[in-house]
Amino acid sequence: MEIILSIAIGVMTFCGVWLILRPRTYQVIVGLSLLAYAVNLFIFSVGGVKTNVPPVLVDGTATASLADPVPQALVLTAIVIGFATTALFLVVLLASRGLTGSDHVDGRSDPS
Amino acid sequence: MCALRPSKRTRNRNIGITLGPYFLLVLLVLPFVGSLASAFFLKTSSRVLPSWTAGGVSLACLLIVIASYPSITEGQVVRLTFEWIPQLGLEFKLRLDGFAWMFALLIAGIGLLVVIYARYYMSEEDSVPRFFSFLLAFMGAMMGIVLSGNVILLSIFWELTSIFSFLLISYWHNSSAARDGARMALTVTGIGGFCLLVGLLLLGNIVGSYDLDKILEAGDVIRAHSLYVPALVFVLLGALTKSAQFPFHFWLPNAMAAPTPVSAYLHSATMVKAGVFLLARMSPALSGSYEWFILVGAAGMITLLLGAYFAMFQQDLKGLLAYSTISHLGLITTLLSLGSPLATVAAIFHMLNHATFKASLFMAAGIIDHETGTRDMRKLSGLFRFMPITGTLAMVASAAMAGVPLLNGFLSKEMFFAEAVETHADSFLDRILPYVATLAGAFSVAYSLRFIHTVFFGPKPVGLPKEKPHEPPHWMLFPIELLVVACLVVGVIPAIAVGPILQAAAMGVLGPDTPEYSLSIWHGFNLPLVMSIVALVAGALIYILLRNYLAQCKDGAPVFRRFRGQRIFERILVEVSWRWARLAERRIGTRKLQPQLRWVVFTGFVAGLLPLWLSGFEPRPFVFSGVDKAFAAIWLIGICLALGTAFLAKYHRLAALVMLGGVGLIVCVTFVWLSAPDLAITQLLVEIITTVLILLGLRWLPKRNEINDAPITVRARLRRFRDLGLAVCCGVGMTFVSYAVMTMPVPDAIATYFLENAYSQGGGRNVVNVILVDFRGFDTFGEIAVLGVVALTVYALLRRFRPADDTMAMPEQQRAQNRFDEERPDRSAGDTARDYMLIPSVIMQWLFPVIIMFAVYLFLRGHDMPGGGFSAGLTLSLAFLLQYLAGGTRWAEDRIRILPLRWMGAGLLTAALTGIGAWAFGYPFLTSHFQYVELPLVGKMPAATALLFDLGVFSLVVGSTVLIMVALAHQSIRINRLRAIDAAKTKET
Repeated sequence: MEIILSIAIGVMTFCGVWLILRPRTYQVIVGLSLLAYAVNLFIFSVGGVKTNVPPVLVDGTATASLADPVPQALVLTAIVIGFATTALFLVVLLASRGLTGSDHVDGRSDPS
Repeated sequence: MCALRPSKRTRNRNIGITLGPYFLLVLLVLPFVGSLASAFFLKTSSRVLPSWTAGGVSLACLLIVIASYPSITEGQVVRLTFEWIPQLGLEFKLRLDGFAWMFALLIAGIGLLVVIYARYYMSEEDSVPRFFSFLLAFMGAMMGIVLSGNVILLSIFWELTSIFSFLLISYWHNSSAARDGARMALTVTGIGGFCLLVGLLLLGNIVGSYDLDKILEAGDVIRAHSLYVPALVFVLLGALTKSAQFPFHFWLPNAMAAPTPVSAYLHSATMVKAGVFLLARMSPALSGSYEWFILVGAAGMITLLLGAYFAMFQQDLKGLLAYSTISHLGLITTLLSLGSPLATVAAIFHMLNHATFKASLFMAAGIIDHETGTRDMRKLSGLFRFMPITGTLAMVASAAMAGVPLLNGFLSKEMFFAEAVETHADSFLDRILPYVATLAGAFSVAYSLRFIHTVFFGPKPVGLPKEKPHEPPHWMLFPIELLVVACLVVGVIPAIAVGPILQAAAMGVLGPDTPEYSLSIWHGFNLPLVMSIVALVAGALIYILLRNYLAQCKDGAPVFRRFRGQRIFERILVEVSWRWARLAERRIGTRKLQPQLRWVVFTGFVAGLLPLWLSGFEPRPFVFSGVDKAFAAIWLIGICLALGTAFLAKYHRLAALVMLGGVGLIVCVTFVWLSAPDLAITQLLVEIITTVLILLGLRWLPKRNEINDAPITVRARLRRFRDLGLAVCCGVGMTFVSYAVMTMPVPDAIATYFLENAYSQGGGRNVVNVILVDFRGFDTFGEIAVLGVVALTVYALLRRFRPADDTMAMPEQQRAQNRFDEERPDRSAGDTARDYMLIPSVIMQWLFPVIIMFAVYLFLRGHDMPGGGFSAGLTLSLAFLLQYLAGGTRWAEDRIRILPLRWMGAGLLTAALTGIGAWAFGYPFLTSHFQYVELPLVGKMPAATALLFDLGVFSLVVGSTVLIMVALAHQSIRINRLRAIDAAKTKET
């Protein structure tokens, strides 16, 4: 389990970093989303990779055998904030495209 | 709290004060209250109301100060202490001793006179309320400096005086001289104030307390400490900049761009005295060492001499007075450097005397300026015939400034001369002091003579900007009369007039060391008297010799006028804030996003690697723990999709978006797999909304395909390899780190606490939700605020959005559909677009109530089961979104009116009020309460206040998400209007 998850995180990081270094705004926004997945999964996995454990308090179950709620709470807010930043970036991207006529991250029109 | 002795209480009662030490607080707060009150008159054009307020406040302060006199005589101290920041051992402590009392008297007394004067000085066009508001605030800050019993408090008021001085100098902000002068004064005194704070922190550190009393008692400890010299240097930097001592003197002449009442009050009587006040105040703790004598003495003597020398060559009346002030402050500093008790008494006496004669001279200069329209001494002459009263008053005051017998200036100057002859520390500075003192005395006689002779005597003035000068209104002269009378009275009967006050002030500084001294005019024919006579005669001779040269020379002393402190200051300022900044920006800055991101990623990578590198990475044996085949299979797909996204994002945006969505879904499945249903729900919903948003945005991006792009250059290819390398490093690094983290035993951190207390304290079984809305509710509150801000920003950005020209035209697909419709007689344009996917859209419309119900369900179960405000809010906004998709923007908005701003406002308010509600029951912000209630039909329901908070979250999430989506969706409608405008424009041309 762990090995698959860590490879997945690594690949998504690779794709995300590659994309955010590209010159086109669309590539950057997609890259940021991929990077967000990787980071969210990473933070989540800090609490330990547990399958088939109850996520909510159940009478009669020891607290130690429950899923760690702290990373979950962190990631939940991170997902929502990630959504907000993606939306904001999308609109900045559109505004920049409208103002400069280009979809280059610096608003330049020359290809690079 | 107070340290009044019982005997004093009875005496206080005798004169009718029952305030106890609280009068200190009144004294401090009253000017600030008056300042705020004046600010409320800003709308009125009346000069009367604000000046009466200011006058009333200063009069009240003056009366309080006078009435408090009995409580400070004989070395008594009044203290008033409040708790301030007990964690840091800081107290809000006010303290009044004889020395502070004398300053409070000056601040309130001269303040009152200046207010009276300013009432007539300010013209109709000036904003009088603003002026008095600043003036009163300054008065309060100055009171704060002298009353502070805690050095940190003192430093705060010190900075406040710098700020109000800035505001007052730049009062006529239309003049560039005023702006420059104000900025320079603020820069110099502000840097000084910062140094002072450092020095005081050092002192506090040495002594172990910031209490002024404790610091003053610990003089021996401080002087023996290894940090003594740094502390001394920093404190001196603060004091010397404030008192315009060499080499920081240059700001004071430039501050003369201020209205004259300000110059009289701040730049002669009070603020510049704050520096010497601090020197005297701190002298028990700091003085007496060789370093003190050398640093303070050198600054003081150079300032004394240079100031007087420069003053002779000024052509501006206020410039002359400014340099004279610098010189007199230098005199006080020199006296304080000597460290002998008698010298300290002389310094205190001169502070008092200088304030009286210099304030009156400034006011006289203001009257001359007011009546003639100029302050240039080359133009002024023979004014005595027009304004004899002003002339007489100015003559007496200048005589005091020159140190003529029977006036107060003479007495303190004699004391200075007497101290100058004494040997204090055998050094070069000490030996030349008598000569420096006599020479500076001669200079001061010369410039005083010049002031009087040029302005009031000689032929009638010609070519004045204002014709026919005459005496000002009586009340404008009144403050000068009062001050000049004070000069005379003190000069003739010093022991009776100021003896007790001076004694009390000296006791305040020196305590039991206060020496015996005699305040009388005649001490016999001794060396100081000879020095005085020499100074008077030499000064008169200098003036006679230089008279013709001075009548036409340029402004400033010969040779020195080339080295202007102002120029040097400006050069440094330009060098640092412009050239160096530019250089740094050019060398290490870039405005391009790609290098910035590259550096961010690289730094992040190094920051992750470095600790591993330094602490040594211990490879653990790889234990293959078995792989779930299904899980491996979905991630195989996920990895392919991620790579595909990266590969296609440039030329095939839609495909990339679909693949990105696929990765998101797999992440979602992973969350389910790993027992995190809350995350899975949120991720799924966010995924849908993000995809829709990006789909809406795709419409406005330019067409791009491989064939049209320019061929890749070698440099670009190299850049790509570098980025690829960086990306591979990051990816591999993340794989290792996450594997290491996942296979480590999870330390028992805070999770147990939350798991154990979620039900008993938060009343919920879904611990994630309880953490969000209860334990860490404040974080969530901040987070929803961010969401709201983002939504508003998106809305604001899109309001002015104008698409690029190449996306203005209708999309190809729509054009084809409309062409098809137009060709058929039975169809009209737009029919195909409307009928497109008719069946799914009908289903979507029908689903509306179902999804709403689902959102409510998610919301209500959130506290105990997966769900909650976030996911419910996202679900409800999806319900709205589906209606937009199903019927189009127009169709949806004809049927439902969503007011996203109301939702957001209501959400934020609900969340905040829930938090504030806890205060009503005496609990901290956002403390929650819960209990179970029986509801008909539903049954037993948990009812925690956290649910109310969650309702706020829910409402805000709905509002923000809908606002963002609607703002984007509306662009397709707005574009029609933009097209119409464009068409109209082309028709016109």
